[in-house]
Amino acid sequence: MKPETEAELAELVMGLNAPVRIVGGGTRGVAGLQPALSTAGLSGVTLYEPGALTLVAQSGTPIAEIESILAKEGQQLAFEPMDHQGLLGTHGAPTIGGVVAANISGPRRIQAGACRDFLLGVRFVDGRGQVLKNGGRVMKNVTGYDLVKLMAGSWGTLGVLTEVSLKVLPKPEQAATLSVQVPDAGAAVTVLSAALKSPFEVSGAAYDPAAGKAFIRIEGFAESVSYRAEKLTAELTRFGQTCEEADSASLWAAIRDVRAFHGQDGDVWRISVKPGDAPEIAARAEADQALFDWGGGLIWLRVPGGVDLRKRLGGFSGHATLVRAESETMDKLGQFQPEPSGVKALTQGIRTKFDPKGLFNPGVMR
Amino acid sequence: MEMPQPSPEILGRKRAVLDRLLQVLPPDAVIHDEAETRVYECDALTAYRCPPMLAVLPSTTQEVSDILRICQEEGVPVVPRGAGTSLAGGALPTADCVILGVARMNEVLEVDYDNRFIRVQAGRTNLSVTGAVEAEDFFYAPDPSSQLACAIAGNIGMNSGGAHCLKYGVTTNNLLGVTMVMMDGSIVEIGGAHLDAPGLDLLGVICGSEGQLGVVTEATLRILRKPEGARPVLMGFDDNEVAGQCVSDIIKSGILPVAIEFMDRLCIQACENFANAGYPDCEALLIVEVEGSEAEIDHQLTKIIEIAKRHDPVELRESQSAEESAKIWLGRKSAFGAMGQLNDYMCLDGTIPVSALPAVLRRISALSEEFGLPVGNVFHAGDGNMHPLILFDANKPGDLEKCEAFGSEILKLCVDEGGCLTGEHGVGIEKRDLMHHQYTPQDLEAQMAVKDVFDPAWLLNPAKVFPLDVSEARRVAAE
Repeated sequence: MKPETEAELAELVMGLNAPVRIVGGGTRGVAGLQPALSTAGLSGVTLYEPGALTLVAQSGTPIAEIESILAKEGQQLAFEPMDHQGLLGTHGAPTIGGVVAANISGPRRIQAGACRDFLLGVRFVDGRGQVLKNGGRVMKNVTGYDLVKLMAGSWGTLGVLTEVSLKVLPKPEQAATLSVQVPDAGAAVTVLSAALKSPFEVSGAAYDPAAGKAFIRIEGFAESVSYRAEKLTAELTRFGQTCEEADSASLWAAIRDVRAFHGQDGDVWRISVKPGDAPEIAARAEADQALFDWGGGLIWLRVPGGVDLRKRLGGFSGHATLVRAESETMDKLGQFQPEPSGVKALTQGIRTKFDPKGLFNPGVMR
Repeated sequence: MEMPQPSPEILGRKRAVLDRLLQVLPPDAVIHDEAETRVYECDALTAYRCPPMLAVLPSTTQEVSDILRICQEEGVPVVPRGAGTSLAGGALPTADCVILGVARMNEVLEVDYDNRFIRVQAGRTNLSVTGAVEAEDFFYAPDPSSQLACAIAGNIGMNSGGAHCLKYGVTTNNLLGVTMVMMDGSIVEIGGAHLDAPGLDLLGVICGSEGQLGVVTEATLRILRKPEGARPVLMGFDDNEVAGQCVSDIIKSGILPVAIEFMDRLCIQACENFANAGYPDCEALLIVEVEGSEAEIDHQLTKIIEIAKRHDPVELRESQSAEESAKIWLGRKSAFGAMGQLNDYMCLDGTIPVSALPAVLRRISALSEEFGLPVGNVFHAGDGNMHPLILFDANKPGDLEKCEAFGSEILKLCVDEGGCLTGEHGVGIEKRDLMHHQYTPQDLEAQMAVKDVFDPAWLLNPAKVFPLDVSEARRVAAE
């Protein structure tokens, strides 16, 4: 199923009597054996106003196409969405609809915000086959309930996105990355917190245990970047040897896509925690490999296949998502962190309202 | 503005409801005397007033839970209230409701600089959140004009913005978690000091739901380190259109100012008379502010000034001192007060795509002639959030109605130009009946379906947000 227009999609959904799996580029590893409903036919940027920092695109538009259109005007998607292909072993052309549906954000999330913070408006087809809209294409909009945020990260469970409006930002003129040598995760988070607490607008704060280095990124105008790099170096040297890394862009692309895990066996988990809790949580995981982003607030962990990491971690405030595993493990442990009953009742209630027949991605978020 | 008829049946049970509330609250937290409930008869949209049946002032989440459980059992509507500064009538009572004011819940619960958040009770005022962390050079970014008085609870309800959200975002972008009491009294925790939701982004839909999904009692908020410095530059132009073009060119150049504010002639004059800010005599004024170290500020302002010069400004003045900066901002921030000295006014907050600015201003000016009411415009130009201030005389029969009709035309125009009815004030009762213009019945149905899940009996903040005809079936079913 690959509708070419929103109206065609709506008609198709209206006629559905069995569940489907919604697919954009097919690179994000959405579980399920249902027939695929592709949004690839809904493609193209429909509006771009660089002077208003807004872009509107159909949901099946490849990210690569959007990024190249933005680059011509010196702008970008500031939330820096990761590419899952290397980590999951998938192949395809990642789409903006997929990025929005899964609320995919990269290292700059710590400073600029998540995908959901840049999403200004959506159009989508709900489980009844109705075309609905919420939000718009302006940056400030509190007209009615914010279903835009609800759709971001709903993994297709509430409807099939057809069009998204996004806030875009100027691409920084220059970037620099400082590295601080640290003995362990505790020291690393201390360094990253010190950098994030400074007035120097850090736009990336990661720790790679294999390298024994905490990485700190600064972006902006050339003069400003060198000024802040100097200030931060002076401030961070007390924690460990501090120097500037050579290739900032590829370093952060590797962190964004968790490149160190590519081609390695086992299950991959993604943990969201209060940064200060990260060292202890990571220690409890006894993982084969770890990577810390968002100042410690995001931990990537690789453990042997089938390990119930949530059980191993015990209670903690935050959540653990199983990103990559064999399907039996996925079924057994669940991709998403189970919600407390009060919250789960709300989530399931909303899902039933938007998709009463249970048509969309039935295997996801259960 | 039409409101549903109060239920005589509920009013008849006032004493019984009061007695039950007194069982769970200290006597001084329950207001039932008619002279005293009058304090809560309106918010900052003072044209509409209606004293509530009762008002309660809880001090803890548990008390809020008890109140809501009782009201749910008794079938009594509840109108949550922060500081009552809504310009949209978001906290307007119905005659048969209980006002739930969170003003007593104003404690700071936790400050964590290393992890860059603060947890507060939701009745705390916006500015005092910054006040609690500024000794360490931190601040809470959203800065609505009413920030001295308005409560975080109301900020969350309306997803409030401010002048500096071009860079820092609005409330929803700075809210990490809430403790919320559902209408049935159950307490849910959503979000926290970590980032992003494990499942559906409920926090995202709670923020801006105008108190209709639950009562937020505690909030975890992102705090940021203050920049090293900030400096504004003033630019005057003889043409609105040119000023609009200048804004667009600045943004396109790759600089992201922390604020770009726009004022038209009427506002410039009013503010100048009020605050002696040193504003020039011109058609359009821009205040552009950038942040950073001295050198970074110099660098950005040089670029901005270069761009401005290409548009033949009649005035171009970079602030030379902290005092001058404060004066420049005082003028802008007193815009509402200054206009209030001229006459009564109605403040709108429709948003438009920045590119539509010249066309919209031309049309507003034509409508102003048509309706015979003067209008001044202040404007968060960077993000297209307009604030037309329509002047009228509340004591002159028919003037308010004329003003409302004029306001409706402006807001419809904003929608028609690709924008929306409200950028930061919320729908409340003020824009409720215009929702049809922006949304289809199906769009509204989808939003109401969310309320069905959170508040099945439709008791929380009734008759707001959704046009009465649209919500009628649900309200009737709930009775």
